[in-house]
Amino acid sequence: MALAKEQKVLAPVSKGYKSFVFEEVTDAKNISLKYIPTILPPKKYFMPQYETLVEYDITSEKARAVVESCAMVIFGVHTCDLAGIQCLNMVFAEKPKDANYLIKKSKAAIIGIECNEYCDEYASCTMMGNHLPDGGYDLFFTDLGDYFIVAIHTQLGDDLVTKTGLFTDVQPEHLKALKELREKKKKIFKNEVGLDKKEIENLFDKSFKSKVWDDLDNRCLACGNCTNVCPTCYCFDVVDEPNFDLKTGRRYRAWDSCQNEPFAKVAGGESFREKRGWRQRHRYYRKFKYPLTKYSKFFCTGCGRCSRTCMAQINLKETLSFLKEENK
Amino acid sequence: MTKQILESSEYEIKKAKIIRTKKMTSKEKLFEITLLNGEELGHDPGQFVEVSIFGVGEAPLSLSSSPTKEGSFEICVREVGKLTAVLNKLEAGAHIGIRGPFGKGFPLRRLEGNDLILIAGGIGIVPLRSLINYVIDNRRDFGKVSVLLGCKTPQNMLFGDEIKMWDERLDINFLCTIDKSDPDWKGNVGLITLLIPKVDADPSRTFAVIVGPPVMYKFVIAELIAKGIPDSQIIVSLERHMKCGLGKCGHCQIDNVYCCQDGPVFSYDQIKHLREAI
Repeated sequence: MALAKEQKVLAPVSKGYKSFVFEEVTDAKNISLKYIPTILPPKKYFMPQYETLVEYDITSEKARAVVESCAMVIFGVHTCDLAGIQCLNMVFAEKPKDANYLIKKSKAAIIGIECNEYCDEYASCTMMGNHLPDGGYDLFFTDLGDYFIVAIHTQLGDDLVTKTGLFTDVQPEHLKALKELREKKKKIFKNEVGLDKKEIENLFDKSFKSKVWDDLDNRCLACGNCTNVCPTCYCFDVVDEPNFDLKTGRRYRAWDSCQNEPFAKVAGGESFREKRGWRQRHRYYRKFKYPLTKYSKFFCTGCGRCSRTCMAQINLKETLSFLKEENK
Repeated sequence: MTKQILESSEYEIKKAKIIRTKKMTSKEKLFEITLLNGEELGHDPGQFVEVSIFGVGEAPLSLSSSPTKEGSFEICVREVGKLTAVLNKLEAGAHIGIRGPFGKGFPLRRLEGNDLILIAGGIGIVPLRSLINYVIDNRRDFGKVSVLLGCKTPQNMLFGDEIKMWDERLDINFLCTIDKSDPDWKGNVGLITLLIPKVDADPSRTFAVIVGPPVMYKFVIAELIAKGIPDSQIIVSLERHMKCGLGKCGHCQIDNVYCCQDGPVFSYDQIKHLREAI
């Protein structure tokens, strides 16, 4: 925990039965390295649930755009969440750029960790190709039993390794062990839905009128849990909050959800996604179809959080299997 | 956490002053606004701004004046929500905040040299007025121009004085209808679709521009297609709740398109395959 003396270190911590969160740690023994995806993904550090955008003073008619940020090391990020961060990086770097997100992101060092085994039955990371590291980190740790092998991806990562002085040079046997682990993983990590990633776009092209959306219409409770826990959902609301003096206050953004009925409503009263099934469909299309056009990337990381959290047991793997069957 | 003041942020507002207001109906009010830094807003007809009153919030509102009118711009506001309720109580001299202009306006360069059918339903006249007055101020650059207007009742009609002027001009074919008959009304009665067959148009060189309530589009578009006007020459401005104006917050999304950045003005061929559009 040499790092924690110098800066804020955030890592997965157990909160009881199958519940983990990313939070600040000062003692390494509190970190849970074997964890299933945290309740909220690490996006909360770059795009907090509530974030001040502007502070205002009505009396002096002053308003200033602000960002609150701090240097941090996020330790122990799974490959699915690394993929999620990479998605959001694209969204907020797209013009017009979002200064608040980009400044927060620029102050973070990200240390990934490899999953040697499945977290649970909800994950579909193999289908999305996110069970193996594919960038998005400064350092990447793989547990090889008695030691960790660390991939250095950036200069910032190299500086961290040098500063802590805990690491020795890699030897050929270490690389061999890593290769063996990856081979072993091939046997464990199999496409969870049996759906080739290349087929997904075509499948969604044909599925706008699928019966599955009627089924979800009957089941969805429109609670918005699925979007809140999603590592690539970023929709928000912008709200003013006056202070008690009624002269000063702040304009902040807060996470919003396309699953809420008023989300796509306009002043005249029309709601463009009135039915829960339509809103669920919108969520799925925002993961598997629409971002392909704009970012050439799927916005589902396969982390399984939406299915794990759903009170109505709406399961992403089941939805995709249903679509696959329907289009056989 | 350290707090830093951003030198440039998309959420920064430009301070502006209301220089004139005019009550249009019981619900709608016109505001003439100027930026306090003395700069022009620099908008295109069809674009919108986020109007901001600190402590209340922001709302996306259509620009109603043509950019040919210099020194100030106009919005016409119907009281429907929190921000508009507060805004409509403000009078000349009050300060507000502006972000924008945002979005893609009407495709002026494509419209130039062609005949135009400009169609407004109800409050759709507010954004369309920016184009109508632009066309009037650059009248030589356009072919035959028809303006078609539909309202619920004569009392709902906005910009009455200006409409009278459009009606009197020889270089504009102005047609108007109200939904339900009224003792004081001597003109057409019925839906706006009834006016379209009355316009004599050469489909190959005619562009139609439609702004109105969401329910109006599919009926008007069907009429225009029946007239032979190609999809690429039917221009629509779609209403959605543009919360951030920056293509991020998600509220205005239609399929994969962000209305605030990719629109609100689209040609019909751009959006007819979008299943949530019309």
